[in-house]
Amino acid sequence: MTDADPVRLYRTVRLIRRFEERAVELVHGGQIVGGVHPYLGQEGIAAGVCAALDADDVLAGTHRGHGHVLARGADPARMLAELCGRVTGLNAGRGGSMHAADLSIGVLGANAIVGASGAIITGAVWAYRRQGRDTVGVSFFGDGAVNEGMLLEAFNLAALWRVPVLFVCENNGYATTMPVAGAVAGSIAGRAAAFDIPAVQVDGQDPETVRVAAAAAVDRMRAGGGPELIEARTYRFDVHHTFEHAVRLDYRPPDEVTRGRARDPVRIQGERLTDTDRAAVDAEVEATLDAAVRFAVSSPEPDPADALTYLYASGLTARAGGG
Amino acid sequence: MPRLSYRRALTRALGDELARDEAVFLLGEDVQVGASLVTTGLAKRFGTERVRDTPLSEQAFTSFATGAALAGLRPVIEFQIPSLLFLVFEQIVNHAHKFPLMTGGQCSVPVTYLVPGSGSRTGWAGQHSDHPYSLFAHVGVVTVVPATPADAYGLLVTAIRHDDPVVVFAPAGAMDVRADVDDLTPVPLGRGRIHRFGDDVTVVAIGHLVHDALAVAEEVADQVSVEVFDPRTLYPFDIDGLAESVARTGRLVVLDDGNRSCGMAAEIIASVVERVRLLAPPRRVTRPDGAVLPFAPALDRAVQPGRAQLATAIHLTMKDSS
Ligand SMILES: Cc1ncc(C[n+]2csc(CCOP(=O)(O)OP(=O)(O)O)c2C)c(N)n1
Ligand SMILES: [Mg+2]
Repeated sequence: MTDADPVRLYRTVRLIRRFEERAVELVHGGQIVGGVHPYLGQEGIAAGVCAALDADDVLAGTHRGHGHVLARGADPARMLAELCGRVTGLNAGRGGSMHAADLSIGVLGANAIVGASGAIITGAVWAYRRQGRDTVGVSFFGDGAVNEGMLLEAFNLAALWRVPVLFVCENNGYATTMPVAGAVAGSIAGRAAAFDIPAVQVDGQDPETVRVAAAAAVDRMRAGGGPELIEARTYRFDVHHTFEHAVRLDYRPPDEVTRGRARDPVRIQGERLTDTDRAAVDAEVEATLDAAVRFAVSSPEPDPADALTYLYASGLTARAGGG
Repeated sequence: MPRLSYRRALTRALGDELARDEAVFLLGEDVQVGASLVTTGLAKRFGTERVRDTPLSEQAFTSFATGAALAGLRPVIEFQIPSLLFLVFEQIVNHAHKFPLMTGGQCSVPVTYLVPGSGSRTGWAGQHSDHPYSLFAHVGVVTVVPATPADAYGLLVTAIRHDDPVVVFAPAGAMDVRADVDDLTPVPLGRGRIHRFGDDVTVVAIGHLVHDALAVAEEVADQVSVEVFDPRTLYPFDIDGLAESVARTGRLVVLDDGNRSCGMAAEIIASVVERVRLLAPPRRVTRPDGAVLPFAPALDRAVQPGRAQLATAIHLTMKDSS
């Protein structure tokens, strides 16, 4: 049961694109501290994959994680409030950009540790299925994660126990400044093959192509299949992290950046809509984000006295640090 | 009154919780056969779905448990070697422990990490003999080190029912302790226990060392009246209970099978002297700084805190205040 509506797919990529652009503005304006890892250019992957999921499904993302949370349907206003560190944020201001989570819609969190999401999602999906749900899961990670032992161990565990997890590698060519060629021996799909995990490479810049590949994998998994892997080739349009807006790091040749930016998932999906439909979506997204920004920046900041509220789910309280 | 070994007490606790709560499941290496002799018989009783043998993938199965806990289950992981905790420190601290706060209270991660045979196993040398409980107390993960069969049962049951991650160290030196136990009940976290009352000095002993402390207290009984305090839980620590004891005795010696720098003994002493004025400087008997347990049995013993060192520390403390 996948959402094949091209208008909705366009809305998702457009929402993520404009959300990220707004977030970068808020970083420059000082309302978001600590910066963000923009998902600009990679929107088609989160949008396409999440369009293939059902309500009971779960996902976990990465440090570059806004797109996954938004594509799954989190409230952009509460997401932006989280980035601004407000009590109204998804995580009550305790998580920020790299930890945004909304468990009510199956988002077990962006995760700032490269390669961490695979094992967590594998355990969650296994547990939900043991409790009778028809859950499948998605683990998003970058090309940098494919050299993390923890993720490769998770491939093995998911394949061995036939846990239906879709491993989605967002191959944007770089881990920070390290090109894939300098880091990956063998290939990404070859890692999946070693565990008998079916793998496909897709054009991550085309949201519909990603959706079709994800939907096919999800169908097979729901029919009793084990984990699968999609390597989505993509390009990050902007910086690794917004700190690079202040410090220029020289690692991507300008002509490569120009070529990369030419394949724009928002434009590619937008061309599948009539001008009227596209304009309507754009206006609606703009209104949503205007409201989200107003909500975020006008929301109250958390009380410092509550800094460690939520440290323990059991209600244990930690000793204070003062003398 | 039935006699129960510490090891069987752990088995009983696992069996009782697996029977009581469908959400509980066990995973680890060789747990179906029960190579640790702790999970013996559980796979037969509860099936191999709930008593799961894992490949040797500690990092993945530790985070697998985190995910399962996020999805509503209560995993118990058995680790074969205490130093495997170094391998999964990241998964426990950075993920399981941090999720409740980082998500703003959206979730709980009730995982139990059980380490049967922590500390020296005599002859297992450098990589099998660590006792890294202070690391978990430092990062604020609930940490228990039961000394007796009744506490092994009661604290493991409580750990499994607890809504946050808990590390349970079952010291090798305590695994074969037997005791008459007529009442197996949950033991609350953060509550110490006085095993022997005394007037002159409070000895805090952790895990298996409680038995050494009791033996020394008996040896020196004609000269010094020793109170033996077993914290049972290292984090959260029963500082109220200990401060009350030290306020009576006025003297403090800590016996701790961890390394000296930044160890539990240091923390215990600091926490007491913040609250209680002592009659003599406190003392601690620990492993040396940076200890790696050497293989040869005499060397292994030499690096662990021992009874003679404790007796000396007690006498010196008495002398310092006379
Ligand atoms: C285990 C780990 N190592 C290093 C880092 C620091 N770090 C954060 S993002 C990143 C690059 C990740 O690259 P990739 O997985 O390709 O994702 P991308 O940033 O390209 O989306 C690094 C090295 C980290 N967060 N976690
Ligand atoms: Mg990358």
